[in-house]
Amino acid sequence: MLILALDTSAAASAALLDDGVVAQRFSSTDTRAHAEVLAPAVQSLLAAAGLAGRDLDAVVAGVGPGPFTGLRAGLVAARTLAFVWDVPLHGVMSLDAIAYDARADGPEGSEFVVATDARRSEVYWARYARRGNDLPSLLDGPHVGTAANVPDLPVYGRGAGLYPEMLAAARGFEAANPDAASIGLVARQALVQGLPLRDTTPLYLRESDAKVPGPRKRATL
Amino acid sequence: MNRTDPLVLGIESSCDETGVGLVAGTRLLANTVSSSMQEHVRFGGVIPEIASRAHLDAFVPTLRQALDDAGVTLEDIDAIAVTAGPGLSGALMVGVSAAKALAVATGKPLFAINHLVAHVGVGMLGDTFPHGLPPRLGALLVSGGHTEILRVGSIATDVELLGSTIDDAAGEAYDKTARILGLGYPGGPAIDRLAKEGNPTAIRYPRGLTQPKYMGSAEQPGPHRYDWSFSGLKTAVARSIEHFEAAGQPAPVADIAASFQEAVVDVITAKAVLACTENGITHLLLGGGVAANARLRELAAERCAAAGIDLTVPSPSLCTDNGAMVAALGAQIIRAGGAPSGIGFATDSSLPVTRIVLGTAD
Ligand SMILES: [Zn+2]
Repeated sequence: MLILALDTSAAASAALLDDGVVAQRFSSTDTRAHAEVLAPAVQSLLAAAGLAGRDLDAVVAGVGPGPFTGLRAGLVAARTLAFVWDVPLHGVMSLDAIAYDARADGPEGSEFVVATDARRSEVYWARYARRGNDLPSLLDGPHVGTAANVPDLPVYGRGAGLYPEMLAAARGFEAANPDAASIGLVARQALVQGLPLRDTTPLYLRESDAKVPGPRKRATL
Repeated sequence: MNRTDPLVLGIESSCDETGVGLVAGTRLLANTVSSSMQEHVRFGGVIPEIASRAHLDAFVPTLRQALDDAGVTLEDIDAIAVTAGPGLSGALMVGVSAAKALAVATGKPLFAINHLVAHVGVGMLGDTFPHGLPPRLGALLVSGGHTEILRVGSIATDVELLGSTIDDAAGEAYDKTARILGLGYPGGPAIDRLAKEGNPTAIRYPRGLTQPKYMGSAEQPGPHRYDWSFSGLKTAVARSIEHFEAAGQPAPVADIAASFQEAVVDVITAKAVLACTENGITHLLLGGGVAANARLRELAAERCAAAGIDLTVPSPSLCTDNGAMVAALGAQIIRAGGAPSGIGFATDSSLPVTRIVLGTAD
């Protein structure tokens, strides 16, 4: 099973997976240049693997939560690639990627939180339980809010690294962002086990900030 | 690549219209537009985040529809063109990301082009100019997002900005004034309609940047000889309503709408015609969404005729933002031997008109 995975919920990343093995990967630490770096990355991953888009079995995209503009750059790219190549398209909640990376960092059944940077002094977070080699169970979330509202559990991801005084940051994960390779691995495991995947509806979690205008203000006082 | 009559797919997402158009040289094959205008009604103006969300969901369906409308496949096309700016940053980002993915998936060359010059590009389509773009051409672009007067030496290589609004776009002034008058959104059609029942000389609203210190003379132009300013108008309209309220009288809404509209179209057309006559422009193309405004067309026609300028107004569906105009300009750039932009360029929300197509180094 050949999968192209993309995630732009925090930094931009892309990966090519061949039967659960990460064959090619790209990641950028820049959180604001997704529209510039993603397409060249996809092009070079395919070229390096000697593959054409139509060879793929699926395109998978991280659907957030994440800052809106970057998130959309990845989702519109994934939708367009899948449309042109005529291959199946799936979505994975982006925090699931970090949860997948943290699945073996504690005993089966243990609970933990994944948190990423939501800017505006807030984090995106979700609570999970480990299930051995199976995909961790999502128990609660995703949510957006201040670190003070995050459950008192070990916290994985950059959100923990940003608020170390409030969150119990798990070692080695303080700077972790959702990564496309893990997005792809989550999708593959779900597909192999016949578990449902999401569509690519973005998880914005915040309204657009638009305000319905109030009554006319006086021009003169 | 067919450089004579290239089949170009154009993508537009700089404001609230998601447009995909297909053009073969100067022949229009499809012009599919999905607008999020209705979602902005309750806010009285375009909300960038709402427009961006709508672009994401509209893109693939609009692309699919445009290909169906044109009866072509992606294999058939020679190139892709996309609006790289100017426009709303988050909105541009959706169209550009989609266009880059389309270029990667199809292997077709991508041209990142200027939205304002693309408005002139529609002049290439159909029988707008049956003999091609005339020499000594100017373009007056009036919309909710921009207000500019351009000199077009060559559409693919030589475009100059002669003047522009220094604050609100004319369409924005219509929207804000319509909100003050309780006429709803979009403001242009509502004010245009009501103005027909009012007296355009009832109230004298200011014509921005027309004082001698801004205008100067033809020999010694002032700092804003061909520029506009519309931000003072909404305050002036609000003041006049308060004046009637204070006197315990109902505000004469039709007279206010007509007087406001007259102020806008008077200063737009006066400065545009001045810019034309002083820059050797003998043909003027009127574009942008506000080109549909009846009074603007009427006064522009009158003043252009008096100044010996031929005025051309493309059909309304080509005046508002659309993908066909992007494709049309792309085709002209290819005809002129322009190089593709690659897939590494960045959007530029304030892209100057002198940058008609981005280079690979951008
Ligand atoms: Zn426009």
